[in-house]
Amino acid sequence: MSKALLDLVVAQFGSAVLGTHSQHGDDTVIIAPSAWFEIHQFLREDARTSIDMLTDLTAVDYIDREPRFEIVSHVYSLAKGHRLRLKTAVGDEEGETVEVDSLTALWASANWLERETFDMFGVRFVGHPDLRRILLYPEFEGYPLRKDYPADKIQPLVPFREVPNIEKVAPFGVDEGMSFGRQTHQRGYEEN
Amino acid sequence: MEPLDVELDETEVELPTEPMLVNVGPSHPAMHGTVRCVMELSGETIHRVDVQVGYLHRGFEKMCERGTWSQVFPYVDRCNYVSPMLNNVGFSLACEKMLGIEVPERCQWYRMALGELARISDHLTCDGAMAMELGAFTPFLWMVKARDMIWDVMEEETGARLTHSFGRVGGMAMPPTDQFKEHTLAVVEQVLKIVDESEKLVLTNRIFLDRLEGVGKISAADAISLGWTGPCLRAAGVPYDVRRAHPYLKYSEVEFDVPVGTSSDCLDRFLIRFAEIKQSAHIVRQCIARLPDSGPVDVDDPRVVMPPKSEVYTTIEATIQHFKLVMEGLKIPAGEVYSYTEGGNGELGFYLVSDGSGTPFRVRIRPPCFLITGGLEKVVTGQMVADVVPCFGSLNMIGGECDR
Repeated sequence: MSKALLDLVVAQFGSAVLGTHSQHGDDTVIIAPSAWFEIHQFLREDARTSIDMLTDLTAVDYIDREPRFEIVSHVYSLAKGHRLRLKTAVGDEEGETVEVDSLTALWASANWLERETFDMFGVRFVGHPDLRRILLYPEFEGYPLRKDYPADKIQPLVPFREVPNIEKVAPFGVDEGMSFGRQTHQRGYEEN
Repeated sequence: MEPLDVELDETEVELPTEPMLVNVGPSHPAMHGTVRCVMELSGETIHRVDVQVGYLHRGFEKMCERGTWSQVFPYVDRCNYVSPMLNNVGFSLACEKMLGIEVPERCQWYRMALGELARISDHLTCDGAMAMELGAFTPFLWMVKARDMIWDVMEEETGARLTHSFGRVGGMAMPPTDQFKEHTLAVVEQVLKIVDESEKLVLTNRIFLDRLEGVGKISAADAISLGWTGPCLRAAGVPYDVRRAHPYLKYSEVEFDVPVGTSSDCLDRFLIRFAEIKQSAHIVRQCIARLPDSGPVDVDDPRVVMPPKSEVYTTIEATIQHFKLVMEGLKIPAGEVYSYTEGGNGELGFYLVSDGSGTPFRVRIRPPCFLITGGLEKVVTGQMVADVVPCFGSLNMIGGECDR
């Protein structure tokens, strides 16, 4: 059944499909980034596929490859019970311009999944209504799940956040409070 | 003093209608789990809400890329920490799917029995906490008592009450203990009794029902679009259960029903968990009946499974095997896999990418909670402030799994 699904996608988007495989029984289509939205839309709207759920969306950082990032989505049809994995490769070597179309217009679940992928990999989803960090805080520097982000990196201290129209007082001054909350952990840091 | 010479017609009095911002959380007694809701209120009605998660983010997926495949088990334990056994089993199955191995029958029944016990404890926690947040403390204590009995079984089997780290690629850490069957059957019976009692306690309470009925409704189409799975999706009337739709382990051989809700409100999500506890208990009994008393638990594959300690100390082959598995880790052939099981809250997926070495290249955990919490905004918009508590409770957001 799922083989038919793969064939259908290949027949419909012949030039945009860069490859298919069914490793471990998971049907996978590798597509061009320009067709990312279009193919998802087709899968959602066509009666033969009737894919109604975006189960998962994430990215993988293949640091030695060009393009560097692979965006991976898993879609599922509740009615027909078939699954499909779609992959597309985007991004340059430095990972500065990593862009792909947002799927928020098709599925509500794409909203948080794309925010998480942006948060962790710095992938910009074009057309996302509210692309903010979700698991980390706004001042976080870098994208932690990239392979060139060291796992033991320590983030700098964040200044007390100013909120307009709300009067707030910092909980403690520089010399007060618990010392372990204020360490800087910079390399070569010396006590003065 | 001059009398106020103004004719006050009540309809003409304009009250200020500026929306009010209210912040709930991240640490709030009526929210289980650390989550922050910034709500824009008009009177008591919620106009807009911004749900902020991530307060429990510990970087599991990054950490998984540093150790061996076996060292991932303690991390998945700490994802959904009220049903860690389901996560353990889910991750084992994902690795085994990549390796192309199937565990012996005894192990499959054992995994199912432990997994269903974990599911019961998960649902008990959710329903109990939900009742407590609405002020019903007694049912919470009763259900936690029942959960403790299950944890006693877990402790006897695994050595740990909560974070078992009991799953292994290609088997389980230990075979079932001699008293496992007897103890489990006794506990299941007691748990069902407590569940019945708690059910009577809360479902005859007018206040409790009024707080839940018709609150936090969501349409099936919205729930599907939000990627909901598990009890919350089934409460919306969609009978999707991974155990039934895509059976793994021995789920195709056991009898159980998939309870489905009708009105998709908080009460449905509450009741469906009770119904599922009963189904899980039914499955546990079938597993116990069919669990063989002897036979191997681990697959017979020295590349994957640790050798017995008695051999490690006496033979050179086992010593080398042990050394290789500990230092380099078991090798999973290069490739990718998406394996999914029914976790406590829905479809728990693992998307694994291996480069053929002993260290995972990418471990993506598809947390059911994350997507369900993503729907909180949709559920509470237009509701009263007080309804946030039952709505949030019924979604059963588990911080560890949502934020990883």
